[in-house]
Order: sequence, then structure tokens, then C-alpha cells
Amino acid sequence: MSLTFDDGTYIRSEMETPLPPPVRNLGPIGWMRENLFSSILNTLLTFFGIGLFLLIVPPLVKFMLIDAVWTGENREACLGPEVGACWPFIGAKFGQLIYGFYPFDLRWRPNIVFALGAVLLVPLLVPSWPMKRLNSLLFFVVYPVVAFVLLTGGNIDASAFLLERFGLIRPLTGDVIVAGVNIAFWVDFLLTALLVAVVAGALIGLLGGNAISAGRTTLLAFAGFGAVVLIWDVDFGLTYVETRQWGGLLVTLVIAVTGIVASLPLGIALALGRRSTMPIVRLLSVIFIEFWRGVPLITVLFFATYMLPLFLPSGMNPDGLMRALVGVALFSAAYMAEVIRGGLQAISKGQYEGAMAMGLTWGQMMRLIILPQALTLVIPGIVNSFISLFKDTTLVLIVSIFDFLGQLRASFTDPNWASPVTLYTGFAFAGLVYFFFCFGMSRYSLFVERRLNTSHRH
Amino acid sequence: MSDLAVPGKGQSKTLFINDPKVRSIGLQLIALVLVVLLGWMFVDNARENLAAQKIATGFGFLENTAGFGINQTLIPYSETSTYGRAFLVGLLNTILVAVVGVFLATIIGFMVGIGRLSKNFVVRLLSTAYVEVLRNLPPLFQILFWYLAVLSNLPGPRQSLSIFGEVFISNRGVMIPRPLFGEGSGIVLWAFGAAILAIVLINYWSKARQEETGQRLPMVKIGLGIIIVVPLIAMIATNFPISFERPEMKGFNFAGGIQVVPEFVALTVALATYTAAFIAENVRAGIQAVSHGQTEAAHSLGLRNGQTLRLVVIPQAMRVIIPPLTSQYLNLTKNSSLAVGIGYPDLVAVFAGTALNQTGQAIEIIAITMGVYLVLSIVTSVIMNIYNKRVALVER
Repeated sequence: MSLTFDDGTYIRSEMETPLPPPVRNLGPIGWMRENLFSSILNTLLTFFGIGLFLLIVPPLVKFMLIDAVWTGENREACLGPEVGACWPFIGAKFGQLIYGFYPFDLRWRPNIVFALGAVLLVPLLVPSWPMKRLNSLLFFVVYPVVAFVLLTGGNIDASAFLLERFGLIRPLTGDVIVAGVNIAFWVDFLLTALLVAVVAGALIGLLGGNAISAGRTTLLAFAGFGAVVLIWDVDFGLTYVETRQWGGLLVTLVIAVTGIVASLPLGIALALGRRSTMPIVRLLSVIFIEFWRGVPLITVLFFATYMLPLFLPSGMNPDGLMRALVGVALFSAAYMAEVIRGGLQAISKGQYEGAMAMGLTWGQMMRLIILPQALTLVIPGIVNSFISLFKDTTLVLIVSIFDFLGQLRASFTDPNWASPVTLYTGFAFAGLVYFFFCFGMSRYSLFVERRLNTSHRH
Repeated sequence: MSDLAVPGKGQSKTLFINDPKVRSIGLQLIALVLVVLLGWMFVDNARENLAAQKIATGFGFLENTAGFGINQTLIPYSETSTYGRAFLVGLLNTILVAVVGVFLATIIGFMVGIGRLSKNFVVRLLSTAYVEVLRNLPPLFQILFWYLAVLSNLPGPRQSLSIFGEVFISNRGVMIPRPLFGEGSGIVLWAFGAAILAIVLINYWSKARQEETGQRLPMVKIGLGIIIVVPLIAMIATNFPISFERPEMKGFNFAGGIQVVPEFVALTVALATYTAAFIAENVRAGIQAVSHGQTEAAHSLGLRNGQTLRLVVIPQAMRVIIPPLTSQYLNLTKNSSLAVGIGYPDLVAVFAGTALNQTGQAIEIIAITMGVYLVLSIVTSVIMNIYNKRVALVER
């Protein structure tokens, strides 16, 4: 195959065929050699790991599926020596775990809220879906208002706004109530709005600004606020369900969603305040953020439960859930502010300078240039703080609000279902539910992170 | 902008509202006035409400007798002790959980974090599963799980699991031997202290020597030798003054030894394993931030895998790891307040729970509690920041 010369040398005329790699490095056996048994320590670790795996997973599967009891009326079904998970227990307690003590024949209302939330949330999470602006408006503004009416029954007792406190309205209107709406309140509200608008317009005009526009903006703000209150105030004929009857996953989701909806605008404001050049505003923001971040959520809940009623005028006594919501919102706003601050810091200075060079005001710059970029950058961080907020909702059980975990704990005490496996079944079910939510959210944040990564890689 | 087009309007007027300096002062004044007004409203309402409920303000209640028992105390405490004393007991219990928890969480976290980058497939899989499961379940859920599902279902004291007949694990908690300090035990303790001091000094010297000659001393072996041999000699010299009181079954429960209450075990284990999942992620991110060239360079110098990790990769990774690690330590400390969920007598349970319910001094008690956590947070972050400065990259 090769040319041989007289002096004995030869030149190869074609390439030697390469040898196949050693058999021991190929296929599953080679992979195992490389990955599992490359050294003594590695081999030991492998066996230890397999042992641990066998110790945990087969018994778990056996407990949850193979040995599990699927039908039964009470504890009798789940007694026995070799009994696994007692799923009829979860079936019997399912309503309680989801709705708490929400009246049985009114559960269609939370169901609508759940469905509406899912319908609005899913398109918001899919990046390629159109109409994000309308969608987020619906989810973050309209949805909470609707959910409030559906869950509580609406028809809040709005009776006095500002002027009535000085006894100025009631003599004029008397106590006329139309469709559950107290006319005195609305006359009061309307007059106050006009008054404030005129004062604001006059003030701005006096300082050389545009009086008409200032007055209009004030009126618009009042109109928005009034619309929300009006929807809450009108009697839709729904039965009132007090928050003490709420519970289970419903409360968990209510707290989580309220936390995120309230903490987002508050967090943005605080983050902007912390990055502001005005020393007093910055100082106030820093104090607020560091204070809430430095204390545990439980003390915040204690604060909201025991201390907040003392701080409010003696007539005002918001119920337990409302107080907890305030605490959770303030707490998560501080964390949200830090996440958003990270996003603001990541925006290059050129963006600010460019916006200023265009002659945009500070508000326009933030609204049109900086915040859209900063918020998109920190979506994973926002999702992460939502995950921790979701996990933290469990703490409300300590101030006697029965969220999902609280209902689970309460259900253990039912003597009808007392069996050796009840406890484990409950924990297994709750663990699956919490894992489903948190793991799902963390996967979503990873997905967004990857998506953003491709567009921002330089 | 339209102002510019309008002639005749006083220019100073336009400037006044648009002057950033004036406007910023105005805005800040408004903010300050709002905050002060809100604060004044709160204080005023509080004074009114307290007067209506006939609650005396002030911290005098700390001197009153608490009158409730606490099942785990690090310092002497009885029902006749004061609320101030109860506060101290709770605070020490919180610090105990935090310190033990941080210690355990760091060890587990580093192990799992390194495990997630292991070449070994099984180890990697298990570490990933650990992180994903543990950090996606609420901490209170995990604490309740450990307390209700694991510890409550351990066998009773009579059938308790024993480790070498010295440590007993049962549904009453963990019993460990209690050290008894006899005559001359002070000398042993001093010897122990001296041994630690000696190790620190030798370590210092060995570092200087390494800088000069490039040779390393086997510090682990030397350290272990000193810490064992020196106190041992002192023990022999003083005729073994330190003995251990073993827990023994007496009737229905154990007598002697130290009882670690199940609440403490559940809380510490749950918090440590939960926080470890987060620490593992920080460690992984830190190690991945060290460029692979460093590992290759270390290998080409002939360092083994373990040495590469210990001497080259981890020290550089620490720069990335420490700031988030600090946050995790703070989180663990703050999460220790979940103790109230299972009745471990920590600061929140004892003080913001029982004491508040008894005295009704909501403002003072919650202010003190929040203040304590703020101080703990600040102290931890100051210490970690000092450490951070020491390991931070020094750039020329």
C-alpha cells in the first residue's frame, strides 16, 4: 500500500484508518466508568447516593400510590397495618382546604374569582400573546376590584368622606339610600373632588403652571378612585361573607395576589425614591426599606394585628385579614423595591441622558424609557419575590387566619379521620400543592430569564 | 414648554416651578410634612386608644413578675422571674437556634452546592432534587412536618433509638450527656483555650512561611493533634475532672443528661435544611463564576481535585458567595421566629406572644422585638461585611 524506495524509506499513500476508541469508554458502560466509578471516592458516593435514593423514593411511591386507600367514608378505611396514603381524607376535606368555611352554596363566587384569575393570568404570562397593556390593566386593576366584590359581596357601607366629618352634608341630603348607595357620601365625594380640583388648579395656576390641566388631572384621579368605591358600594344583591369565614387556598391566593398587586407600585415608588437625588426622599425610602427588610414577617403580622388598631382612629377597626394584608403589602413592597432598584441600576446612563436630551420631563423619562426596560430586566427577580411571598403567606396562621396550611392543620384534629396515616397524607398533599405553585413559578422565571438572555447578550 | 411661547408672562414665575432645585425642595417638604403628619396622627390615635383601654405606657412592665413557665431556658428562669428575664430567655433561645442553624446550614449548603457540580451523575441528581424540593416548600410547612410528622412519631422514651448508649432519640426530644465539671476542670478548659490560641498562631506563622518558601505545613493534621493532645495531657495531669452524666431511663422518662426539646430539634433541622438549599445555589453560582482556566491551571500544576477546590476555586468563589450568604444567614435568623408555630420558646413566642397577651403592652413589646431583629441583622451584616472586605478582590 505504500511506495518503497531503494534506501528503505517509504511514503504512505493513504491515511491509516483511525482505530475505534477503546470499548471501555463507549456506550453505557463507558459512561458509567466516566461518571459513576471514576475513582474510589466516586464509587462510594455513587453507592451512597443509590442507597439514599432507594431509601426515599420506593417507600414514597409505595405510600402514595401502591398501598394508598382510594375510597372510604371515614377513618375505618384507613386503619390497618400496611396502609398507605389515605386519599379519601383529602377528598372529604377538599372543600375546607380550598375554601375554608366559605358558605357552601356561595362557593361559586370564589370559583369565578379563581377562573377569572386564571383566564387573565395565562395570557399575561405568555410573552408572545398580544395586548399586554390591556391585559395587565385588567389583571392588576380591574380584577382585584371585581374579586373584592365577588368574595365579600361588595356593598361596603361608604357613609362619610371628608366634609361630612365636619357635619356639612347630611343636613343637605338626609339619609337617602339608593341601591345600597348612601347618597350623602357621594354628594360629599363629588363636592370634595371639585373643591380639591379647584384648589389644585388655583395653586398650580398661581405658580405659573397650567391650571386647567392640573384641575383635570385631579378630577381624573378622583374619578378613578370614585369608580372603584362605587363598584364596591353598589348593592349587587350578593350575600355578605365576612373574611373570618374565608380560608384555605382561597386566603393563600388572596394574600399572595394582594401582596404582589400592592407591592409592585409601592415598590417602584420606593425604588425611585431610593435612587432619587433628593436627600430627604432618599433617606425616608432607605429607612422604610431597611426597616421592613430587617424584621421577620411574623413581627410585621403581630405589628399589623396588635399595633395597627391602636394607631388608627378608634372607630376604624379593620378585620384580621385586612390587617394582615396591610402588613404583607408593606413587607413585600420593601423587598420589591430592592429588586426594582437592581433593574434601575442596570440601565446604562446613556438611556437617562438620551431621554433628558430629548427634553422629556422626569415623569416621561421614567414612564417611557427607564421603567419599561428596568422592569423587563427584573421579571425573574419579581417572580422570585412572588415565590417567597407565596411561601410566606403560611405565616398568617400564626395570627389565627386559616390559610391552606392552617386548614390542613385544623383538619388533623378531626376524630372522624384520626388514623396513623392521616398526618402523612395531609403533609403529602399540601407538599404537592405548594411544590406545584412554587416550582411552577420558578420554572417560569427561568424561562423568562433565558428569553431575556438571548436578547441582551452582547 | 408652552410657557415659552406666551409673551408677557413673568419669567421668574415660569422659572420658579421649573427650577429643579426649588421643585425638589418643595417635593421634599411635602414628603416630610406628610410623614410627620402621619406619624403625629398615629401617636395621637395611639394615646387616645391606650387611654380608652386604660393601658399604661412605658417599659415598667419589664419589672413585673411574668408568671408563666418556659420549657427551655439557657439561663435560670422560673415563674417568679420578671418579663425582662423572660425576654432574655427568649432572646438567647433565638440566638441559639440561629447559631446552630447557621452552622449546620453552611455545612449542608456547601456540600450540596458542590454536589450539584459533581461529575458523579447520582450525586448531581440527588443534590438537584434536594435543592428543588426544599426551597419550593414553605419553611413553616417544613417545620410543622418535622415537628408533627417526624419527631412526634418517634418511639417513646422506653423504646428510644440510642447512639452508642450515650445519645437517645425519642419523641421527647434528644437526650445528650451532660458534662460535669469537677475539681481542676478549669485547668483543662484553659488548656483547651491555649490549644486553640496555639493553632491560630501556628497557622499565622505557617502562612508567613508559605509566602516566603512556598512550603505548606499539614495544618489540618497539626491542628487536630494539638487540639486533642494538649487538653488530654491536662486531663491526665488533673486526674480527669470532667465527666459526663449519661441520660438514664428512670420510670417513664429520662433523668440526667441534657434534654434537647423536640421543638428545638424540629426548628433547627427544618431551618438548616431549608436555608441550606439556598446556600447551595449561592455556592454553585460562586463556583461557576470562577473561570474554568483556574481549575485547569491548578491541575496542570499537579494539584489534585480536592486541593484545586480547596486552594484555588473556593477562595475565589467566596468573593461571589459571601454577600448572598450573609442574606441567607439573616433570613435564617429572621425565620427562626417561625418557632411560634410549634411552640419553641424563642423571642417572638415568649415575648411577642405570651408576654404581649398577658400585659397588652403591644407597642412596647413589638417595638422591642422588631428592634432586636434589626440589631441582630445589623450586627450580622457588619461582621460579614468585614469578612467580605478581607476576601474581596484587591485590584491594583
